[in-house]
Amino acid sequence: MGFFERLRKGLEKTRKSFFDGIKQLLKAGRIDEETLQELEELLIAADVGHQTTTWIIEKLKQERDDPVVSLKKILVELLEADTTLNLTGSPSVISVVGVNGSGKTTTVAKLASQFQAMGKSVVMAAADTFRAAAIEQLKVWGERINCTVIAHGEGADPAAVAYDAVNHAKSKSKDIVIIDTAGRLHTKKNLMEELRKIHRVVAKLVDGAPHEVLLVIDATTGQNGLVQARIFKEMVNVTGLVITKLDGTAKGGVALAIKHELSLPIKFIGVGESVEDLKPFDANQFVEALLS
Amino acid sequence: MFETLQEKLLKIFKTITGQGRLTEKNINEAVRQVKLSLLEADVNYKVVKEFIEKVKQKALGEEVLKSFTPDQQFIKIVRDELINIMGRANAPLELKHYPSVIMLVGLQGSGKTTTAGKLALHLRKQGRSPMLVSADTYRPAAIEQLEKLGKSINIPVFSGDRKDAIQIVKGAMKAAQELRCNVLVLDTAGRLHIDDEMMKELEDIKALTNPDEILMVIDAMVGQDAVNSAVEFDRRLSLTGFIVTKLDGDARGGVILSINYVTGKPVKFIGVGEKLDALEPFYPDRIASRILGMGDVLSLIEKAEKELDREKMEATARKLLQAQFTLEDFREQLREVKKLGPLSSVFEMLPGAPKIDVDASEKELKKIEAIINSMTPEERRNPRILNASRKLRIAKGSGTTVQDVNKLLKSYEQMRELMQRFKHGKLKLPFGL
Ligand SMILES: Nc1nc2c(ncn2[C@@H]2O[C@H](COP(=O)(O)OP(=O)(O)OP(=O)(O)O)[C@@H](O)[C@H]2O)c(=O)[nH]1
Ligand SMILES: Nc1nc2c(ncn2[C@@H]2O[C@H](COP(=O)(O)OP(=O)(O)OP(=O)(O)O)[C@@H](O)[C@H]2O)c(=O)[nH]1
Ligand SMILES: [Mg+2]
Ligand SMILES: [Mg+2]
Repeated sequence: MGFFERLRKGLEKTRKSFFDGIKQLLKAGRIDEETLQELEELLIAADVGHQTTTWIIEKLKQERDDPVVSLKKILVELLEADTTLNLTGSPSVISVVGVNGSGKTTTVAKLASQFQAMGKSVVMAAADTFRAAAIEQLKVWGERINCTVIAHGEGADPAAVAYDAVNHAKSKSKDIVIIDTAGRLHTKKNLMEELRKIHRVVAKLVDGAPHEVLLVIDATTGQNGLVQARIFKEMVNVTGLVITKLDGTAKGGVALAIKHELSLPIKFIGVGESVEDLKPFDANQFVEALLS
Repeated sequence: MFETLQEKLLKIFKTITGQGRLTEKNINEAVRQVKLSLLEADVNYKVVKEFIEKVKQKALGEEVLKSFTPDQQFIKIVRDELINIMGRANAPLELKHYPSVIMLVGLQGSGKTTTAGKLALHLRKQGRSPMLVSADTYRPAAIEQLEKLGKSINIPVFSGDRKDAIQIVKGAMKAAQELRCNVLVLDTAGRLHIDDEMMKELEDIKALTNPDEILMVIDAMVGQDAVNSAVEFDRRLSLTGFIVTKLDGDARGGVILSINYVTGKPVKFIGVGEKLDALEPFYPDRIASRILGMGDVLSLIEKAEKELDREKMEATARKLLQAQFTLEDFREQLREVKKLGPLSSVFEMLPGAPKIDVDASEKELKKIEAIINSMTPEERRNPRILNASRKLRIAKGSGTTVQDVNKLLKSYEQMRELMQRFKHGKLKLPFGL
């Protein structure tokens, strides 16, 4: 299945319940107060959140063009961003972070597989030494996609794992190191500190590392996603988002709020559990797929 | 940072003074604030709508109790309505068969496997002999994950041929009899509710095992879509309840209200950490204020009204704020505030207050007094100087243990910190102090 079909398939439900509703409303011509209120409700229902919804509606009110075109324009403008990754390091280090169960490990494997398909050599670092069988999980992926996994034992220092992985990559002249970190709630200070330590350690080995810090957010996440993004950004300099599980019925609207309030761009979307189910984010296609 | 709902409501109702009734106008504004707060907590917007309508009707019809300010009365209405939906009591597990089967289902990554381990541990503490079963043949290393968890708590894990969920479950039923396990906790693979084939697998497992409990495991951080998956899992499997995980974070947990409302099924447990002992029975009234975005100010007010007159309560609170908060003050405050009930519960009720490990039972209080009495005045003023040998001396002198001394110091530190936060305006005491 090609990208468009996949994307459309993955977001079909979103489009139906969310933007079909909006289209219906907007087609009626001039937007009156009542319509705007219903529109607000629709955006809220998509997890966009009160603040960003209000902002979108205010913008829409100022538009003179066809409401559907205007809405599209507003959303594309909001979401548009550079999705290319900074891969200038040798090796380039990508740290994948986020709360528990959001899809980090799967995303690490997907990224590795796609980089390999582009001809890059990749090392995955099993820096989740806490969760039961997290290391085994990454190793299974490593075997499936034929990618080196650097791992220590359960309970080992995650920073030491990252250190070894980067050193390994350096000595073997590999292109990219992807670090799979343990799930952690942004509220846990010591765990956030642990993450900073991982980043400090790799920074000593390679200039500018980690070159990318990708925050993985589950599309089903509600308003807490904004809090997650805010704190992860503050603590570990997140460079972009990966929104996973968009193959479900969840709308992932919190990503709009995150972009609006924190200017964090979405870099990839996850639309399934296999390695090909990771797609680069494209605002135009995204909004087009949503509104078409 | 953000104004709490409490503060917003106070503002709204402050504008009208000396009124015996809530007016339609201020109620509308208050209702709007509650609505936004519930949406912020990720309560499904349809549920919010219906909920708010009920609150409005009640608020318009209600007399203002003399002892309550309108904002507090309004909050009480909201809170009571919340608890109406969520139920008042904890809904326990109902295990009838031998062996009994508990099936855990849910979306990917919600916490099923971890919760399976937690439940097994919980059941063993209840005197049962549980067996864990992994029917997740899809996710890489899912079976290893459960096996590791089982091993860490010394509970058998069955995984059969590791290939076919149905065969695994069949084998597990047999193995349970052989091992004399009387309850099977069945971990299933995460799946989307719209994945018909995978949902069918769950139906098959259900038919095969006739579970006493089918619990859907839901992440507390989920947003508006939660009702869609919950309704679909319930439709296909007739759930007996929910377990909401990851409530140790700062998600407000509005999903609890939504799923109760749309399915009528209770939340039986909550997950509050990654470790296997981090499972708690769910008590609806304890979560209501969290969903609303404030501490349990209302019960504190109710309690205070009952136990103490308001003036005295305010004086106590003010004193708490002004005190240097030495260990002597601590001892004094423990005595006074204790009248409101266990200290920990008093502090739980304050908006934004962290969990405090103070158990001020009569016995504990005596212990605390004895420990503080055994300290020198300097130690009371500056507990930082307490080294190991001083602690040992104090423990001996008070007939307690060093552990007791440490526990007291920890409680004191937490409370002092809390006081600092109140002082610096990061937290607000009720009664507009
Ligand atoms: N449907 C769907 N499932 C996904 C997607 N990405 C990940 N998953 C599933 O979500 C579950 C959790 O994924 P993991 O990659 O283990 O998540 P994690 O963030 O590493 O989890 P922890 O390390 O425990 O915090 C697994 O069952 C994955 O197969 C996606 O895009 N779509
Ligand atoms: N903080 C916190 N983390 C939790 C809690 N429950 C589970 N987790 C974490 O959430 C992540 C996912 O948990 P799992 O038990 O693997 O989830 P699952 O539903 O079995 O995932 P799949 O089998 O992939 O669908 C892990 O990192 C767990 O440690 C909880 O109550 N609090
Ligand atoms: Mg992981
Ligand atoms: Mg699992």
